[in-house]
Amino acid sequence: MNVHEKKYTEEHEWIELSEDGKTGTIGVSVYAAKSLGDVVFVELPALDAEVTAGDSMGAVESVKSASDILTPVSGKIIEANNVLEEKPGTINKSPEGEGWIARIQVKDGGELENLMSMDEYAKFTAE
Amino acid sequence: MKLAGLLPQRRQASSDASTSNGGLKYTALHEVHVSSGGKMVPFGGYSMPVQYSDLSVGDSHKWTREKASLFDVGHMVQHRLCGPGAAPLLEKITPSSTASLQTNHSTLSCFLHPLTGGIVDDTVITRLGPELFYLVTNAACKANDIAYLEEQIEFRDTSHGAVEWEVLNDWGLVALQGPLSAVILQRALVTAGVEDVDLKALYFGQCKHVTLNLFRKQSSEPDTPILISRAGYTGEDGFEISIPPALTIAFTTHLLECGGRERLRLAGLGARDSLRLEAGMCLYGHDLDDKTTPVEAGLSWIVHKDRRASGGFHGGETILRQLRPVNDGGSAPKHRRVGLIVEGAPAREGAEIVNPASPNSAEVVGRVTSGCPSPTLGKNIAMGYVKPPLHRAGTPMEVLVRGKRRKAEVVQMPFVKSRYWKPATGTSPS
Repeated sequence: MNVHEKKYTEEHEWIELSEDGKTGTIGVSVYAAKSLGDVVFVELPALDAEVTAGDSMGAVESVKSASDILTPVSGKIIEANNVLEEKPGTINKSPEGEGWIARIQVKDGGELENLMSMDEYAKFTAE
Repeated sequence: MKLAGLLPQRRQASSDASTSNGGLKYTALHEVHVSSGGKMVPFGGYSMPVQYSDLSVGDSHKWTREKASLFDVGHMVQHRLCGPGAAPLLEKITPSSTASLQTNHSTLSCFLHPLTGGIVDDTVITRLGPELFYLVTNAACKANDIAYLEEQIEFRDTSHGAVEWEVLNDWGLVALQGPLSAVILQRALVTAGVEDVDLKALYFGQCKHVTLNLFRKQSSEPDTPILISRAGYTGEDGFEISIPPALTIAFTTHLLECGGRERLRLAGLGARDSLRLEAGMCLYGHDLDDKTTPVEAGLSWIVHKDRRASGGFHGGETILRQLRPVNDGGSAPKHRRVGLIVEGAPAREGAEIVNPASPNSAEVVGRVTSGCPSPTLGKNIAMGYVKPPLHRAGTPMEVLVRGKRRKAEVVQMPFVKSRYWKPATGTSPS
C-alpha cells in the first residue's frame, strides 16, 4: 500500500502525507464542499494545537450551517491555510487543492490505515 | 465534518415505500420536489426540500430577492373557524382585535397560554367573512396547537354561540415570493381564464378568492376557489396561495410554467430561513417559545391597541403589565428579542451573548436563537434575547462562537428593508 496515497474519513475530510511521511495536509472533500454550498467563513485551527484523531480542529460555515472540521489523525497543527480567512470560497473552488485547511505533524502514521482510499470513499459517498 | 441535515435522507435498507421515509409525511407536491432535484430533509414531521440541485442556498436566496421563488409550505397547518363564537374565541386566545379585522384582511397573531401569556404558536389570522376565519399555524406545533384549540373550544364561554373548526389537511399551500411575483401570478391567472382580477389592487395583508376557469374540466371540485393572500415570510412582495387538494399539483405546475426558469425557481427551507431572518421574522421553536410573551419577543405590535385597555385575552394581565412603563405600575420584561450584527464568525442558535461592559466581563446576558451569514448584506446577522436595557440599538455586545469572543452590536430589525406592495401614501386601497 502506498503510504502517500490520499485518504478520506467518513466525515468527509481528506489527508495526504508529505514525502517523508511526517506531516499531513488536511482538507474537506469535493463531495463535502458541494453539499455545504457557498463557504462564507472558515475557522482555522490554532497553530501548535495538539489534537487527537476525531477532534474538532476548526469549522466551515455556509449560509445554512456550521460544520466542524475533524482531524483525521492525531498530532500537532503546524500550519493553517490563511488564504481561507480572506477567500473562504477557495474551499468551493478547490477543496482538495488550494482550499486545503491545515498541515499537521503526524504522531502515528498507523492511524491512516483506518481511513478510506479514494475508491472506498467514492463508494461510501455513492451509497 | 458533520453534514447531517444537509444531505439527502439516508435511504433505508427496506424498499417498502411506506416505511422508507422514517414515518415522515409528504406534501401534495412531493413528486414535484423529487423530480426537480429537491434535497429532502425532515421538518415538522414532513419530508421537505431544504434546497434544489440547480441553486445553492445563497444563490436561491439572492434569486428570491432579485426575481421570484416558489416555496412549498404545504406542511403548514391550515384551519377554518366559523360560527358566531369564532370571533369571541379568537379574542380570548390571541391579542388581536377581530372587530378591527376587515373581511379579506390578515394579521400576524399568536395563540397565548392563560395567565403566563407565553406564545403557544404564532399564526396568521385572515377574516373571510363576518363569522369565518382562516388561520395558518406551524407544522412543528401541529399536535400542540390541536390539543390547545380542542381545549380552548371545549372550555370557551359558550354564551357567544357555536364554533365550527376544521383543519384543511389535504389542502396545498405555496408561497410565491420576490419582486417578479405579481407579474408571474397575474399571467398565471390570465392564462387560467381569470380576466377580472387585478393584483395591483390587492395590497399586502389582503386576500382574495379566485376561481380558476381553466382547471374546471380537470378538477373534481370545479367550483372551489384558490385563496390568494398578499403575504409572505421573506420581506419581499409576494403571495401565499391556498389551493384545494385536487388543484394543488396542477396549479403549482402552471405557476412554474408561467414563471419560466429565467424568472421563477423552486426554493427550499434553507433559503426560506435566511430570507426570514434578514426580514427580522421569528421562527417558532427557535426565536419564540411558550415561555416567551409577545412583548419579550419584540412583537408588542401584535397586541392590538383596542385590546390594551380592556385586556380579556389569555395572559392579558401579564402582557399589559409588561407594556406599561415601570413608573406606571408596569414591569419591564426580563429579556427582549434583539437583532445582532456579529463580526468574524457567524453566530448560530445557542451561542452565548456576553456584555463586554459588565464589570464581570464574562457575564452571559442571553443567547442567540437564530443566526446566519446574510447573503444580501455580506455580514453575519443573528437574533437573540438579552436583558433590558441591553436591547437598545447600538449597544455593543460580544458573542461566543466556538469559545472565541466575537464583537457584535444590537441593531434594529429588519436587517434588510421589506418591500411589500402597499398603497401609495395618501391613497387608500379600493
